[in-house]
Amino acid sequence: MNSEAKKTIWKNYQKEIADDNYFYLRSCVRQNFFPGAEPTFLRIMKEELQKDIYEDPGHTTCTGIGYHTDIVPFETTMTIVARQFALMTSHGYKNLVPSCITSFGLYSEVIDTWNHHPEILKRIRQNLKKATGREFEIPKNLAHSSDIIYKFRKEIAAKAKYKLINSNTGEPLKVVEHIGCHYSKMFPSKGVGGAEYPYVLVGMIESWGGELIDYPERRHCCGFGFRQYLVQANRGFTFACTKKKFESMEPYKPDMIITNCPGCPMFLDKGQYAISELEGKTYGQDGMGIPVFTFEEVAGLIMGYDPWDIGLQVHQISVEPLLNKMGINYDPEKKYLGINGKYLGKPVSPNVLKTCC
Amino acid sequence: MPKKKIAVIGGGIAGMEAAGQLAAMGLEVSLLEKGNILGGHVANWHHLFPDGKLAKEIIAQLKSGVQDKVDIHFGAEVYKLQKSNNYFTLNLTDGQNIEADAILVATGFDLFDASKKEEYGYSIYDNVLTSADLEEKFNSGKVLKTSNGAIPHKIAFIHCVGSRDEKVGNTYCSKVCCITAVKQAIEVKKIIPEVEVYCFYMDLRFFDRYFEDTYFEAQTKYGIQFIRGRLSEASEDMNGAIILKAEDTLIGKPLKLTVDMVVLMVGKVSSTGTQELSKRLSIQLDEDRFIKTLDSHTLFNFSNKEGIFVAGTCTGPKTITETIADARSAAMQAASYLRNNSFSENNSK
Repeated sequence: MNSEAKKTIWKNYQKEIADDNYFYLRSCVRQNFFPGAEPTFLRIMKEELQKDIYEDPGHTTCTGIGYHTDIVPFETTMTIVARQFALMTSHGYKNLVPSCITSFGLYSEVIDTWNHHPEILKRIRQNLKKATGREFEIPKNLAHSSDIIYKFRKEIAAKAKYKLINSNTGEPLKVVEHIGCHYSKMFPSKGVGGAEYPYVLVGMIESWGGELIDYPERRHCCGFGFRQYLVQANRGFTFACTKKKFESMEPYKPDMIITNCPGCPMFLDKGQYAISELEGKTYGQDGMGIPVFTFEEVAGLIMGYDPWDIGLQVHQISVEPLLNKMGINYDPEKKYLGINGKYLGKPVSPNVLKTCC
Repeated sequence: MPKKKIAVIGGGIAGMEAAGQLAAMGLEVSLLEKGNILGGHVANWHHLFPDGKLAKEIIAQLKSGVQDKVDIHFGAEVYKLQKSNNYFTLNLTDGQNIEADAILVATGFDLFDASKKEEYGYSIYDNVLTSADLEEKFNSGKVLKTSNGAIPHKIAFIHCVGSRDEKVGNTYCSKVCCITAVKQAIEVKKIIPEVEVYCFYMDLRFFDRYFEDTYFEAQTKYGIQFIRGRLSEASEDMNGAIILKAEDTLIGKPLKLTVDMVVLMVGKVSSTGTQELSKRLSIQLDEDRFIKTLDSHTLFNFSNKEGIFVAGTCTGPKTITETIADARSAAMQAASYLRNNSFSENNSK
């Protein structure tokens, strides 16, 4: 792979990312499956970078999953999106930062629809006004939270306590990056680096000391897919996609996977459990799998935040081998202790996949 | 009576042929070429379709028509042009100024920049080439090898790269890529008889004499396999081999194929030279950015500007034969115009 040529392509896809005063919208999946990720993002933004970032407690799901599964009609989705924008407007913000990649894709799609069809925009304004009495402005800047971390990756690197390096050998960690489909496959110009070779996570990996793995199925979807996943009988297809990716990356012996979509790490992480139960196959070292992280978690790790405060204990694939590899200090005894040291209980061990607890 | 002067802009085969014909008809011809050799793209080709003639033979033939008969300027681009009293003054980047009673634009085409089709991996993966790169390898005379020095076992040709493609803004067919792919596929088989060759196509366009025969021979004699389906994505494995994802539309199934080398059949686009010159001369371009002629059936050598004629691929994709025929036609029209011939006048109205 000629990375210089890729850099030329990346230069063609540079988007404007606001540098402060953000209105934050959370992710349905990220909050539930990676509960430490969003608090880590907010902590970095407020405490490390001194940014103004605000979230209205009255904000809702964007209905992205519902829309993509044909449960929520587009008209309803657009009106709910308009309500999100109205909350942003009411607090005097113009820069929208969603936590979810599907939300980011959906907001991009809705704004694009309104740009091409002003009559629809007019109707949505009327819908919202009738339903809630609210009015809204379209965000001046729309960037995903991974774009924000990308923008400040060097500042984070400067403050970081750790790097993406094997502390025993000094070698960069081999990192697989996985971009959510809705980040740039729909609107390539809205993604840093475009659709084929997005740069948003590569930039973080490079700035934080890691070595990027380019493997054949890099651009393949993780298999989430919304519509087919919601139907239990169809989940085999989802895991077939996940397995395809793991089979492809396995020879490159990655140390970790970083993602920016909330759904993708769910499937790449828990998918390894499913594949191990279905097929008896594990990836990574010693049957323990390849640890999967959200970008916020990785940012928090290199900043030296406690892995259990970042929420890494809820990951299916044990993170301890990687933490040890990176030389990160942590207390294994506190893994399943919640706030005030309350014991949360341990998960049941899988049959095939090895875990640290 | 002093000779009428004409400036031919572009030293490719259209410009060379037109210049040679115009000189033979007794005009004073200046041939302006921005590069340092004549022949344009054809100078880089190896064997030509459909008969395998060497490109350098065509160039040599055309050169004999202009050598010592035409005033050739190398490294010369027109940076300024004025028209007054029915003649043109061209200011060239080589410091010279030329006066001409007419201009013949033969600024040719550029090859589509394959790196724009990011998903094909050109300039990212070493074993993804263009058809032009492959011609260069043929011309070098060296054994065809992959980037890590191995003889390829499987080669894939991808048709319609940058042509018939809405996404890149070129919806037209570049005409010559299908026959070129078959020609190159056969050449590869001649060099490496045991190599497996696959051609991924949308439609196969073999419109001229002997093209269909070449296609038939490719299948029956050389065993080249034709798969109807567009390439979706090319990626690289650990060994530098290229993994292709495509669809075989005739059997209705997705297809994954690992090959050692991929050749992208890049199409023709209006050259930057054509576009810049057209701006300076206020020549109209068509929607596909090639020069728009006064009439595609009968006035295909006339631009929208009096005294400015056009020839060759600056007006659209053509074969070599068509280009040379077009250049002869343009030369005749220009000479007729300069002689104040009524035929030329009547046809331009």
